[in-house]
Amino acid sequence: MELLLVLLVGILYSAGIYLILRRSMVKLLLGFMMLGNGANILIFLMGELTKGKAPIINGDNIHFTDAYADPVPQALILTAIVISFGLTAFAIILLKKVHETTGTDDLDSLNIQDLDI
Amino acid sequence: MLTLIFLTFVLGFGILLLKKPVQTKFVALISLLPFSIFLYLLSFLRSVKDGVNSVLYRSEWIPSLGINLDSKIDGLSLLFGLLISGIGTLVYLYATSYLRGHPLLHRFLSYLTIFMGAMLGVVTSDNLITLFIFWELTSISSFFLIGFNNEQEESRASALWALAITGLGGFFLLSFGVIVGAITSTYTISDLLTQSDVLKDSPFYLLIIVFLFLAAFTKSAQFPFHFWLPGAMKAPTPVSAYLHSATMVKAGVYLLARFTPILGGTMEWSTILLVVGGITMTYGAFHSVFRKDMKGILAYSTISALGLLVFLLGIGTEIALYAMAVFVLAHALYKAAFFLITGIVDHALHTRDITKLRGLKKYFPLLTVAAVIAALSSAGIPLTFGFIGKELIYESGLHYIDYNLSLVLVGALFFTNVFLTGSGFLIGIKPFFGTPIKDYCISHKPDWRLIAPPVVLGFFTLLLGILPVIAYKEIILATFSAMNGAVVEMPLAIWHGVNTSLLLSGATIVLGTAVYFGFKCWNSSMNVVERFEGIAPKNIIAFIVEKFRQLAFRYTWVFHNGYLRSYLAVIIVFFIGLVGYKLFADVPLSVNTVGLSEFRTYELVVFLITVVAVVFAINTASRLTAIAATGVVGYCICLIFVFYGAPDLGMTQFAIDTLTTVLFLLVMFKLPAFLKLGNSKIQFRDAIIAISFGILISIITLQALVSPADKDISRYYAENVYTLAKGKNVVNVILVDFRGFDTMIEGIVLSIAALGVFSMLKYKDDEE
Repeated sequence: MELLLVLLVGILYSAGIYLILRRSMVKLLLGFMMLGNGANILIFLMGELTKGKAPIINGDNIHFTDAYADPVPQALILTAIVISFGLTAFAIILLKKVHETTGTDDLDSLNIQDLDI
Repeated sequence: MLTLIFLTFVLGFGILLLKKPVQTKFVALISLLPFSIFLYLLSFLRSVKDGVNSVLYRSEWIPSLGINLDSKIDGLSLLFGLLISGIGTLVYLYATSYLRGHPLLHRFLSYLTIFMGAMLGVVTSDNLITLFIFWELTSISSFFLIGFNNEQEESRASALWALAITGLGGFFLLSFGVIVGAITSTYTISDLLTQSDVLKDSPFYLLIIVFLFLAAFTKSAQFPFHFWLPGAMKAPTPVSAYLHSATMVKAGVYLLARFTPILGGTMEWSTILLVVGGITMTYGAFHSVFRKDMKGILAYSTISALGLLVFLLGIGTEIALYAMAVFVLAHALYKAAFFLITGIVDHALHTRDITKLRGLKKYFPLLTVAAVIAALSSAGIPLTFGFIGKELIYESGLHYIDYNLSLVLVGALFFTNVFLTGSGFLIGIKPFFGTPIKDYCISHKPDWRLIAPPVVLGFFTLLLGILPVIAYKEIILATFSAMNGAVVEMPLAIWHGVNTSLLLSGATIVLGTAVYFGFKCWNSSMNVVERFEGIAPKNIIAFIVEKFRQLAFRYTWVFHNGYLRSYLAVIIVFFIGLVGYKLFADVPLSVNTVGLSEFRTYELVVFLITVVAVVFAINTASRLTAIAATGVVGYCICLIFVFYGAPDLGMTQFAIDTLTTVLFLLVMFKLPAFLKLGNSKIQFRDAIIAISFGILISIITLQALVSPADKDISRYYAENVYTLAKGKNVVNVILVDFRGFDTMIEGIVLSIAALGVFSMLKYKDDEE
């Protein structure tokens, strides 16, 4: 499974890079989200994959008795997901605003419209 | 000494505040400032005049780096220090009258004072780094002085050229200092004296002296960097007199003289100095007689004199060093006088064209005397100090070790001196004698503050010319010893009997007079000289500068073209190149197959769905499809999290992904379909970039899997999660307890994003 995920990371990064090199702002944003997902999987892989064993202590125990998934990458990813949501939400609204003001979604045409805005 | 220099700086800035007082007649009192420095420096004569001792001042600045504000006063420093403060006194006095009533006089005096302080710093500094700092300060303050008439475009351009050329030299001086410091592990110049052999045997010796030479040649206007000096004549005349004859341009010569006992005496040293100095002195002397503007003549004859000084340092024998010390003093005395006289003539008659000036003797009797003395000194007529210098110059050429070469040297010196004599007469004799062309109307009768300085200089020229032993005992011996590293007595005298150098001097005067009388025909051949302007160093360098500017412009246009995606592409390609190279060059690539978990069919299905969704997101022409496909990718990742023991992540990813998609759709559903932008060629290129980046990341991930991360931190959290934090979900406890502050700050970040979103939406409402 690890090798499959490694492949997935590569695919998500490629797709992300390809999309952020496009002229459309929406694609730029989608590419950004792809990159974020790829990075999350990458971090996830750094803790060894442990199938179905959440890092939660069972019942009345005070210590783990069984194998458990690495909690540190999970904590990092959780933070990353939430922060990237903040960024994405902001960017989406910004995009809407730009589109309303300039009437275009093309990044290139923004260069020459300084005076019109 | 240091206190004195810093006090000068403080006073320099202080003068800026005295806008009103400098406009009164008491402003002449300001020349007491350089005069008191002059007197103070005179008090050192007793300690250093035997040539053996020097006065050292040590004060620490950044001792850990070996950068200290050390000063050392020996004969060489003192000769230059006395010239700076002595001629400074006269120039201050002169300037207060020359620029009388100028609204920015206070600024002028302030720049001049800062310059003087920096110059004193250069000649007394005993540390390479502080020497560099003072060196740059002289460049900067001279920039302001040259561009003082800043409403004239030519003035500004000249100031910029001067700064560019001398600033370039400054870089080389710093590089020189750093390399020397690295080799000898000291920046203290007097300590370098004992490490002379270490430096000379170093494989970097040639590099060191080339850097030193570049610094000195740019400052001292040596060929091919000489052209900034004629341009710098746009400055007010007191500045030309001070900076461009007596002090700043000699800083380069000082630098070479200072390092002569440390780095000098080798084949490379002499050859480069002889060649560059030789070209400069002959080129400058020859050019000087083709000018009509008095300042132009003076600029080229100054270039020639500086070349001569460098040439003498290149000869490097004891007698040449004596000649150099004497000529520094003699040249400063007569050349400063020439400049000051030119300024008076210009001030009174509003022209500096020597073809329009004749018979001024009638109007300026006292000035004529000073001018004639200066002209005689520059020609080397006996009883002037210039004569002593000229004799020694010929002696040093005649006594060069290699007889054949000495003939060439004497030939070059003779040629230079002939033309220098001619140009000296053009300035000091021609405008003053003969019958006046017309009845000049003297608009400004020069007052004593203008007349006195050249007369004082003339007095010293005669005094030292008649009694050279005074100069010798007081300062020349000590100067020579500082350059030579050991005391060798060689008393100066007027009469050495009839010998070759006396005959050469006589021939120089005769031929120089011939050059002078040939002025008319020189002048008409100016057109011939102008034909070669195209290959003049100034134009070549201007050409290079222009090309460089165009290159920078194109470079900027390629890399900074205003398109976000081309910046990203450059960054990504660079990253791929750099990391890819490192990865393949230095990392043994391998795949860890131990302990991998096998995959089930449903996992493969999830993977395939993700891939299909990604392909859809890229290829679709519909915005909605693209957004939905990205949402699907997010859900698939959510499933992967759930499979591998991360329920919290799964939940968060699910919630956030839903929210993002909904938000996206709410905002975007009104927008038109994607435009198909960009051609297939660009898409292909971007695909290549993107795929190589993806492959690179995959390889990095594989390599990271070979050496798994340290589990200590995870274990610590897992073991203490209940005992310390009374929680059982480790991920949650890490977020809200162990790393609680981080989460709180994350909350702040989200709030800021929310505020941003809110204000953008609000802004729209206001607008409507």
